[in-house]
Amino acid sequence: MAGRAIAPGSSSPDPSARGTELAESALAGDRRALARLLTAVENRSPAAESALRLLHPLAGRAHLVGITGAPGSGKSTLVAALVAEVRRAGRTAAVVAVDPSWPISGGALLGDRVRMQAFAGDDGVFIRSMASRGHAGGLATTTTAAATVLDAAGFDLVLIETVGTGQSEVEVAAAADTTVVLEAPEMGDEIQAIKAGLLEVADVIAVNKGDRPGAQRTASQLRAMLAGVEVLVTTATTGEGVRELLAALDRRRAALPAIGGDGSRRARAAALVWALLGDRVRERLTGPEPGAETAAVLDAVAAHALDPYAAADRLMKALVTTGDDNPVGRP
Amino acid sequence: MTERPIKVLIAKPGLDGHDRGAKVLARGLRDEGFEVVYTGLRQTPEMIATAALQEDADVVGLSILSGAHLTLLPRITALLRAKGLDDVLVVAGGIIPDDDVAVLREAGVVAVFGPGTTIGETAAFIRANVRPRD
Repeated sequence: MAGRAIAPGSSSPDPSARGTELAESALAGDRRALARLLTAVENRSPAAESALRLLHPLAGRAHLVGITGAPGSGKSTLVAALVAEVRRAGRTAAVVAVDPSWPISGGALLGDRVRMQAFAGDDGVFIRSMASRGHAGGLATTTTAAATVLDAAGFDLVLIETVGTGQSEVEVAAAADTTVVLEAPEMGDEIQAIKAGLLEVADVIAVNKGDRPGAQRTASQLRAMLAGVEVLVTTATTGEGVRELLAALDRRRAALPAIGGDGSRRARAAALVWALLGDRVRERLTGPEPGAETAAVLDAVAAHALDPYAAADRLMKALVTTGDDNPVGRP
Repeated sequence: MTERPIKVLIAKPGLDGHDRGAKVLARGLRDEGFEVVYTGLRQTPEMIATAALQEDADVVGLSILSGAHLTLLPRITALLRAKGLDDVLVVAGGIIPDDDVAVLREAGVVAVFGPGTTIGETAAFIRANVRPRD
């Protein structure tokens, strides 16, 4: 990653105050502050923590919609058409569009905006590209936090567009309230529907490129195979079927508590807290006080002098006896 | 995290339909470790400024071959300034006569890369000149 560093912040000596300041400005409608805050979230900079502490209680009103599908199935075009439909209905939309990072250089080519440029100057739309930064699963590790920021900023819908996915990038289902899976007509769906994968996480399926032959047939096959999943035919390039898609999303949003959507929010909350707890445990154990002991334990495992289970138990003990603010969180 | 990739927005203002150079540059900068947002052809100054703001780009790279650079590029830099993006590094590439380069510099285009500039040179220039931000 040849010399591509940007020095950490110089504008404010206190990252926590900087995060609060950015969050407050973003809430007041300052789009630049919102964009800066998303950068802080993406970089997991210290400013992000204070901002997210402030914003989390204000989020939870937006409908988080994941859009996923194979490369070339028309995700970006459909997202653009859906945003246009949301605007026609007098509501607002934010988009987080994730593209893969290039593993060799750590760089990324983010091209989803190409199809979403019609909304320049419209304050009711905010589009942000995000590199996956080495995270598999179709999203970046910070995508959920970015969605929380946009949710708190007041957007009615937050659309999360994944990288072009294969069959196992199903993480978006956990990150969103509702997952839309795009299928192109005649792509061997019968067998794919049986295999565990993308279709398994679909709440709504959009057979896109509906103007192509076989679209209706593909839709009927999917309907027959996946009872309980709404299957629609859309043509993103013309907008055909997009109003119906938005209506399906709205029905689903209204039904979320009844169909256990609150459960998925609970699962999301749990995943977030466990991930943070993991980070904190690691931070604590590699910190100044037990750091040397932690290193010694890891060395012992590497030398096969200690088994990893015993190592984990030992570090757990070190955790409990370290520090005065009770890091394992007992009352 | 004390280091993050530099984010570069590559846009083509104006009406010419030749985006091969811009695409090659976008890909090349990705290979150099930049996060590149590619926005495509026929971008209006408003589209470019909006994208730069929403993406929180560190750098805006403008590729222009149509000859309209003296009209379009100063409008883009003015819009960026109006949106408070005065710490964004603006560079341009394409066919731009030497006489016009000084005018563009005056308007806030920090560098103009003519034909034959390598990706490596462009990357090195960006790394050396991008403004540190938080």
